[in-house]
Amino acid sequence: MTTVAEPVTAPASLAGPRRRALRRLLRNPLAMTGLVVVLVAVLAALLADLVAPYPAARTDFSAALQPPSGRHWFGTDELGRDQFSRVLFGLRASVTVGLAAVGLSMAVGVPLGLLAGFYRVLDPFVSRLVDTMLAFPFLILAVGLAAIRGASLVTAVVAIGVAEIPLVVRVTRGETLRLREMDYVSAAVASGASDGVLLRRHILPNAVNALIVQATVTIPAAIIGEAVLSFLGLGVRPPTPSLGVMLASAQPLFRDGPWMVVFPGLAIVLLTLAFNLLGDGLRDALDPRESHR
Amino acid sequence: MTPLLEVRDLTVRFSTEDGPVLAVDAASFDVGEGEVLALVGESGCGKSVTALALTGLLPRGAAVSGEIRFTPSGRDLRELTERELREVRGRDIAYVFQEPMTSLNPVLTIGRQIGEVLRRHQRMRGEAARRRAAELLSLVGIPLPERRLREYPHQLSGGMRQRVMIAMAVACRPRLLVADEPTTALDVTVQAGILDVLRDLRAQIGTAVLLITHDLGVVADIADRVVVMYAGRTIEEAPAPALFATPSHPYTRGLLDAVPNPARHAEGGLREIPGRVPVLREAPEACTFADRCGYADDLCRSSRPELAPGPAGHPVRCWHPLSAAGPVAALTGRGPR
Repeated sequence: MTTVAEPVTAPASLAGPRRRALRRLLRNPLAMTGLVVVLVAVLAALLADLVAPYPAARTDFSAALQPPSGRHWFGTDELGRDQFSRVLFGLRASVTVGLAAVGLSMAVGVPLGLLAGFYRVLDPFVSRLVDTMLAFPFLILAVGLAAIRGASLVTAVVAIGVAEIPLVVRVTRGETLRLREMDYVSAAVASGASDGVLLRRHILPNAVNALIVQATVTIPAAIIGEAVLSFLGLGVRPPTPSLGVMLASAQPLFRDGPWMVVFPGLAIVLLTLAFNLLGDGLRDALDPRESHR
Repeated sequence: MTPLLEVRDLTVRFSTEDGPVLAVDAASFDVGEGEVLALVGESGCGKSVTALALTGLLPRGAAVSGEIRFTPSGRDLRELTERELREVRGRDIAYVFQEPMTSLNPVLTIGRQIGEVLRRHQRMRGEAARRRAAELLSLVGIPLPERRLREYPHQLSGGMRQRVMIAMAVACRPRLLVADEPTTALDVTVQAGILDVLRDLRAQIGTAVLLITHDLGVVADIADRVVVMYAGRTIEEAPAPALFATPSHPYTRGLLDAVPNPARHAEGGLREIPGRVPVLREAPEACTFADRCGYADDLCRSSRPELAPGPAGHPVRCWHPLSAAGPVAALTGRGPR
């Protein structure tokens, strides 16, 4: 049969459960709005050097505390720095922390969750560890880390990433417990698959849907976490721009320059809202009932 | 005929929250080279547990004893380590299960899934694996195999998926194919196609088949020999024609009478065996079928029958086996005494 001419291939739109999920996502207007906002924000953060009208740190005392105008879209702060440019650079810190913290929590949490869900012997240890971590207050962890390592972007990433590990472990463990009972996993066992193959080929790829959804919920939480830490002086330090730093420095000047609070605050709200809309859309599109049909 | 697989006194116990359950009680049977042996019985009588026990696929809580001698390896499979068993599974003894709709991984293409088995047991990959996978698909009667390889399970019908499962199972030319209710979830017309595939495979690659089913129509269609199980015990064993012509155990007779038969429709439609399969805690010193049997007497309830040659010449586990001309119809439709 191998010599038979290749038949016409199925249209690409038919293939693959993930591709079908993508099509469902593209038809969801709210999720698409979220996706567009997220993409714009990520691009702006990446290209801040090119897009921003002024360098983030350039002061201009002749133009201090100006309300929004054609020259300074988001106004200026008490040092005359352009707030629009600083929001763009602030987004960079937010997006970096959001992605890096989630990456860290996934890198540690997914293997732990897979092992806990797959090997019953390990489960009590991992689960109790996770419970302990969940019981540990996030801010105490962050303060402790900042005291040891000094406040910085990296400290913020580590603090937020570690704080989110338990959630990732729980989601992965739950998925693993569910998927372990699937007929195709039993069938793979009966065909001689090793534990490694079961985890890598059969369980992890099917858990990816849940992990993607988890990531889109975790990223906005990490972004808010970064803002909180920077606001408290435990994360990014001034003069490096971050949305949290901007809010903190604008706080005493709220009466004189409300725009200094409004625009960074709005940026945080829009970005997290956009991630959440995207996450909801992904959850619907990747619905397990659909993908296991 | 050389036996390929000799099972002796296979016993399986599960510990459950309600105490121990005896799932298989000293089952013994052989599967010959290239033979189709049907293991029949109602749900819950231990067929599937027996099949899974062969290569150590039962959950950890199961206590298994007895001997499972697999001739090609010359060893008792019960003595192998988990690692050695993984080599046997899929290569020497392969499985096809009941649920084709859920037995394939939804996120991998058909080609990837067949390729996985080839790589595991035959170190075959890349172009060679793809060619072999296409060959296997055409072997099980799937048209346009090259195209199917790139498709995902959801794009295939139930019958097609079961063919893919069979293709994966025979990928490494196993000596024994264990098919656990392979046609139960399928339409009758599709069932016939799957049975044809199994028959062809036996002819082409000489694989022996241990067919687990409750469907006597399937048995009549394809099996060489039949072992009837009831409540964890093997109760009758015979070549398929002999079993259908002269069933010796009242239970076997009941199963045969329960097959829907349009010719008997006028007599009042479907027949059944009253009662249900008991869940046993311990091996009782009695016939396990006594409570449902129209012929049971005090001997049946107080003493355990052994598997011994019956009036028709084949082994049966019954104190009062039916003779060839026995009063067969009297059994069914009567309540337990």
